[in-house]
Amino acid sequence: MSVETVRWPRPKGGGAVPFSAFFWRYPWLRPLLLLTPPLVWFVVIYLASLATLLITAFWTIDPFTTQIVQAWNTLNFERILEGEAYRAIITRTFLMAALVTVTDALLAFPFAYYMARVASRRSQTLLFAAVLLPLWASYLARVYAWILILNHNGLLNWSLTSVGLPAADIGYTNTAMWVVFSYIWLPFMIIPVYAALERVPESLLEAASDLGARRWRAVRDVVLPLALPGVVAGSIFTFSLTLGDYITPILVGGAGSSFIGNVIYSNVGIANNIPFAAALAIVPVAIMAVYLLIAQRLGAFEAL
Amino acid sequence: MKFRALAALALLAVAACGGTGGNTGSTQQQPPTANIKPPDAIGAGEGQLNLIAWEGYVDKSWADAFTKQSGCKVSAKYAGSSDEMVTLMKDGGGSQYDMVSASGDADLRLIYGGDVKPMNTKLIPDWNNFQDYFKAPPYNTINGIHYGISLQWGPNTLLYNTKKFPNAPTSWSVIYDSANKGLITVPDNPIQIADAALYLSKTKPDLKITDPYELKQKQFDAAVQLLKDQRPLIKKYWALASDEITLFQNGDVMVGAAWPYQTIQLKAAKAPVDDTIPTEGATGWGDTWMLATKAPHPNCAYLWTAYVSTAKVQALQALFFGETPVNTQACAQMEALQAGSCRQYHADAPGSYFDTIKFWKTPRAECGDGSTNCIPYDQWVAAWTTIKG
Amino acid sequence: MEGFWTKVALRVWVALILFFLFTPIVLIFLYAFNTSNIQSWPIPGLTTKWFSATWEDPDVRAGLTLSLQAGLSATVIALILGSCAAFAVYRMTWFGKEVVSLLFILPLALPGIVTGIALQSFFSFSGVQFSIYTIIVGHTTFCIVVVYNNVLARLRRTQGSLIEAAMDLGAGGFRAFRDITLPLISTSVIAGAMLAFALSFDEVIVTTFTAGAQNTLPLWIFGAIRLGQRLPEVNVVVSFVILITIIPVLVAARLTGGGGTTRVPAVRE
Repeated sequence: MSVETVRWPRPKGGGAVPFSAFFWRYPWLRPLLLLTPPLVWFVVIYLASLATLLITAFWTIDPFTTQIVQAWNTLNFERILEGEAYRAIITRTFLMAALVTVTDALLAFPFAYYMARVASRRSQTLLFAAVLLPLWASYLARVYAWILILNHNGLLNWSLTSVGLPAADIGYTNTAMWVVFSYIWLPFMIIPVYAALERVPESLLEAASDLGARRWRAVRDVVLPLALPGVVAGSIFTFSLTLGDYITPILVGGAGSSFIGNVIYSNVGIANNIPFAAALAIVPVAIMAVYLLIAQRLGAFEAL
Repeated sequence: MKFRALAALALLAVAACGGTGGNTGSTQQQPPTANIKPPDAIGAGEGQLNLIAWEGYVDKSWADAFTKQSGCKVSAKYAGSSDEMVTLMKDGGGSQYDMVSASGDADLRLIYGGDVKPMNTKLIPDWNNFQDYFKAPPYNTINGIHYGISLQWGPNTLLYNTKKFPNAPTSWSVIYDSANKGLITVPDNPIQIADAALYLSKTKPDLKITDPYELKQKQFDAAVQLLKDQRPLIKKYWALASDEITLFQNGDVMVGAAWPYQTIQLKAAKAPVDDTIPTEGATGWGDTWMLATKAPHPNCAYLWTAYVSTAKVQALQALFFGETPVNTQACAQMEALQAGSCRQYHADAPGSYFDTIKFWKTPRAECGDGSTNCIPYDQWVAAWTTIKG
Repeated sequence: MEGFWTKVALRVWVALILFFLFTPIVLIFLYAFNTSNIQSWPIPGLTTKWFSATWEDPDVRAGLTLSLQAGLSATVIALILGSCAAFAVYRMTWFGKEVVSLLFILPLALPGIVTGIALQSFFSFSGVQFSIYTIIVGHTTFCIVVVYNNVLARLRRTQGSLIEAAMDLGAGGFRAFRDITLPLISTSVIAGAMLAFALSFDEVIVTTFTAGAQNTLPLWIFGAIRLGQRLPEVNVVVSFVILITIIPVLVAARLTGGGGTTRVPAVRE
């Protein structure tokens, strides 16, 4: 009649029980211990470096020696906000990122729908592999191949003129950048959308049709809302990757195609004006912070 | 003769306006690394050499032989502009890089930033064969201390498609002409403002531009405006040499500012191009191999410098890139490799040719005439972003 | 369930997208045989000389080796740290969960150039010399995120009741983990590792800022494109990489059930 009789069954594992029991009694301890190493990494390295960058935005450099002068001011920010060129560049980058996101969402959705709901199991595997494979071909090589397609004597113009159509001289223009960006980030949009579509149980669609909805209506009212988190998750990648890219504008862009990334890069890698580059870098960070908050509300984080 | 007189004048001019770190008059302030004594002898090679170089300066055709001979494996990081070189070399090369092939507009910044250290010319046997001016040019020698060994020099040329322009254009106006809209390319480099200023010095003499690197506000604004007007005509600003080569090869542009390197590469690929120096003259560059203050492989660095200063390699590089060697004995080698090349690249009679080139130098606030209201380089960089959009 | 014409339309769309995705890749393969080192259309001629040139090029080998080393190291560290983080977040119930989720998505959500210059300033500021270790640190930071996402998504789909059942049957914490949890998440761990390695192997922006004088493969490629002397070598290398990754990618696609992180064999709704 003592407490002995309601003791836990003795395990065969030896001394593991006290350990497990300990964690059972203090449930918050296990997550804490597990979380500490990655959190330490993140805080000490990543966050600290981001914070350092943020702080440097408030300093300036001595023009001749390019040494950082640690005098607090907001000159850099004023220069960005007042500079017509900078405002134009920021707007251009933002609009392109939005355009690429919408384009990729439109391109990816039917593809992902087919993969998730129509394709056989084997086709699914093959298509999934087909979407992943381009990610293993170097980003640089693929962008460079696009130059070949889009320039004046390139594949595109050659194909068009071969069938009698007028040449589309889109090489080194913003249009070219739009095409290339949409191409490069497409797999990043297809994968989360596919994952989200796959999770939609067929039973829901059957219920919808039982209630009298035709296929299109069912897709629009049932599938799309459920797939939205996936689309938003994919859009995080397409938007942020376009926002910060500088290599594609260098390779494929023309005159008047500078992105925020290009100005940041030229201030870090060329002019060595780190404070100004840091101030510029805050712009995409701020934009993404807002975007992430919205994305979280829309449930994208669950769909990554 | 004329060459020497002009060299002396150039020396005085540069010493007066470009030689100091912001101090008054013509006394030259000692750079931070002036007291680092260079070695007296070259030791054993360390097996590795990390260079920062212009595209085309470390070609396998002469670098491989060097590796075989010295055991130093050469690794090159290419930079597209002097600014990039200065940035890569910050903190004395960061203990990563050994040498940089810097042009005149980077040299003083590197020297006064303490990123390069003195070199011993006695360790470079061919130094005695250099043309006198290039033994101690003002952009790499200060108060008698050599902060590098001169390498080669050359012009920024006007490259054009011979089908579109059967006769060589005689003026830089072709790249500012709206008739060529969408067919022009120029370098993505703030120093391009000097090219615009050079053009204006001949076409708008009332601006009274004498030195395209020393611009007062009004002159600067005019040059910037010219470039802003040019932007709608530009197909692409080339940042990499291969950009421009691809642009011409694929028929995207018909005319542009270039280095002789691009012309040679395009001609080798049978593209219908040629280059020229228009009547207004051209900007140009004089390059120096400089030794990083924190170079991890100094012996290999000296071995390399000695190697590229020999007549044979000077000739090879001159022909590969299309520039002029500083070694007087290279002319004969060039003729042996390619008849007529000595004359073509002006290795035989550099005097008059030298006059037509306005060599790159760092724009400073101190002007040659004693005033201090010239536009300094950081404003050139800021202006360039607004020009390019 | 879809109508016949819908299926046809979808198939056409899929074919077009695949054409779109693979045309540049076909071009990369084709131009590995280019006689000229300038890429122009149509191709001037075909030759196989670049294959031996690439094989003998020490820079290519150095770049490949460095990329593999950095990629493997970053992936291993990321596996450990990312999985730990995923487990922790899975169990957490306090408000910090939201904050931590947001924190862990930053390296992928913020533009690479921001991460790059932040890390570069940080290393310069603390006097750390740039080397393979700084490259690994940069790569690990976003690799952790990829592993974390994959493992967490899978954990959310496993039923906690399985663990409790195991413990009821007498398994201690570690035994339950080893015999129940680990097999369930194994495929997501592999998928996360592969994706992390792929991202690290092809990473150029952050690496530009965290590397010293060394070149990873993407940095070598950028230098080669810059110089324009050996462009077909770039195509040879990239073609080679694509070919040797076809098999692993197919395997990964198969393992994850071709369906990312949701197909959990033991649990069906």
